[in-house]
Amino acid sequence: MSVTRTIGSVSRRAVLAAVAATALGAGALYSNHVRAEDTIKIGLIASLSGPSAKSGEAITRGLTIAIDEINEAGGLLGKKVELIRRDDENNPGKGLIAARELVQRENVAVLFGGLQTPVSLAIVPFMNQIQKPFMGPWAAGTPITKNGADPNYIFRVSAVDEIVDIAMVDRAVAVHGSKKPGMILINNPWGESNEKGLKAALEAKSMEYAGIEKIEAADIDVVPQLTRLKDAGADTLFMVANVGPSAQVMKSLERMKWDVPVVSHWGPAGGRFSELGGPRAKDVEMIQTFTFSGNPDPKAAQMFEKLQASFPEIKSEADVTPAVGIANAYDGMHLAALAIKNAGSTDGPAIREGFYAIEKHEGLIKTYEKPFTPDQHDALGPQDLLFTQFIDGKIIPIKE
Amino acid sequence: MELVVSAIITGLGLGSMYGLLALGFHITYVVSNTVNFSQGSSMMLGAVLGYTFSVTLGWPFPLAVLAALFLCGVFGLFVERFLVRPFADRGSNGWLMATVAGGIVLDNVVLFTFGKEPRSFPSPLANEAITVFGVGAYPLQLIIPVVGIIAAAILSFALTRTKWGKGMSAVVQQPEAAKLMGINTRMVIAGAFALSTILAGIAGLLIAPLFNVSSGMGLVFGIKAFATAILGGITSAWGVVIAGMLYGLVEALTTAFFGSSYTQIIAFSMIILTLFLLPNGLLGQAALKKV
Repeated sequence: MSVTRTIGSVSRRAVLAAVAATALGAGALYSNHVRAEDTIKIGLIASLSGPSAKSGEAITRGLTIAIDEINEAGGLLGKKVELIRRDDENNPGKGLIAARELVQRENVAVLFGGLQTPVSLAIVPFMNQIQKPFMGPWAAGTPITKNGADPNYIFRVSAVDEIVDIAMVDRAVAVHGSKKPGMILINNPWGESNEKGLKAALEAKSMEYAGIEKIEAADIDVVPQLTRLKDAGADTLFMVANVGPSAQVMKSLERMKWDVPVVSHWGPAGGRFSELGGPRAKDVEMIQTFTFSGNPDPKAAQMFEKLQASFPEIKSEADVTPAVGIANAYDGMHLAALAIKNAGSTDGPAIREGFYAIEKHEGLIKTYEKPFTPDQHDALGPQDLLFTQFIDGKIIPIKE
Repeated sequence: MELVVSAIITGLGLGSMYGLLALGFHITYVVSNTVNFSQGSSMMLGAVLGYTFSVTLGWPFPLAVLAALFLCGVFGLFVERFLVRPFADRGSNGWLMATVAGGIVLDNVVLFTFGKEPRSFPSPLANEAITVFGVGAYPLQLIIPVVGIIAAAILSFALTRTKWGKGMSAVVQQPEAAKLMGINTRMVIAGAFALSTILAGIAGLLIAPLFNVSSGMGLVFGIKAFATAILGGITSAWGVVIAGMLYGLVEALTTAFFGSSYTQIIAFSMIILTLFLLPNGLLGQAALKKV
């Protein structure tokens, strides 16, 4: 009997608890629902862990400052803007899964990408198919925006490989008098994208090249590849690789005592390249779209102050390296906000038209005038690139 | 000539790293018929601990090395006790996946504790290049093959010529008889795993100044080392070290003569061809199967 009572008592408690939990859960769901309706969601899929995690951190910082500014000014379409992030783990498959989740479940208005071209290339067809705008704040692969889709929902505020490659060839010729450069490229789609771009840029100048060598992320010693380029008569090296492999190239050059100019894409612009690349790290001349160091624009100083206020761990300019991720994401977010305002809704096709309707925006990198048209989905051009050096942990523009 | 000499120096250095890691596969296989697939992660652990003790905490380098290798050995004991023994005792091959998973867990634990960015491991042996037959090389690159050969010689001698080594071999050949003869088989197997991770730790400490230190640094090395262990014949200490060096040389010489686009195609094709011709590897022996 007592057992029955106990069971009955527990059952009643359990029922009450279940009812209460259901009520609380329903309340929470309702609350979430209301909150979802009250915000405009912006998605970010970037490397938040692993060796490229610094890039995800930089994009997050740029987006956070821009979103804070937008919310302080009253938000968008009467609603607050909210950032939702997912880690792509440098994996195109995981990036695509995260894109599906953010677009289909979270209903983000605009999705931002990360550093890795292969991840962005995996997401691009899905975004065009589902007709939601994608903004690239970093990955520079040419086919990301020039993807052949019509209509094209992919926009970018970043360097573009084919333009970077032209700038690299121009610099090698103009500054180093190069006649026969060699290429040392990372063995992935980003390297392939630049191989095409560099070949086209050299062909446009009727120049030959000494050779093309590939490097893997785990290559310890690049001397065999570099020796082949040296023996083939390379007078300048074009380097396209991320921090680790770029550092191995510079260490191998030091070991070989080969004093050859190295003109690079922006891959080495990671926080510790000075430390990893050894004494030759400072010799790399690399593309950037923005730097805090040596930047006379007062907007750069203001942005740095905002970053320090929002992220107390930032003590010096060396702590916001590379700055391109911050600046590109910051400007990309403000341009996306203008597109949503122009659209008057979070409907994908309307936002796409909203991007085309942007007339002028005073950004951090530059003043954008008619940045996007149906034929031009890249807001930055050749005039927005600058060559820099990595000195004592800071990226500093090269003074010619 | 310069091309060939630099490729040989590069290949021997790299190959010896593969050989040292592969020795770890060898030592556990000969005493227990199991291997530790987290060898790459054990190598990373040696480098990360060495960096933490000597650079971050500022300990004297010899003390940092000893502490790093001791903890690598402790990790090996952990692997054997929790990732291999529970499965092997039940005749399951679950240790295959358990050791892979253990390595992934370790990589991620280090990622969160050590940090996301790779670090440079300073060493006086990898600061200034010296000239060898007309090409530049760091002294460390010349030391690594010597360490590999010495390790193989010691292991080979210890396993075949000493009472302790014969006892280890007995554990796998006649485990019950070994127990009856008073050999503590569990301790022998656990010791073999500790030794394997210490060898991986040595490889990590040697390679760190030439490469960098990061949580993901061991993955590719672990895979290539296992390939060379099979290529050399996993039952032969000399076989795995020679196979490691040969594999490193083939990689470097292929890159030098045919270009880096062909390196992995030719190197792994060589492994397939060799195993087709010599199914037990270069110096391996076929296991006797009683029916």
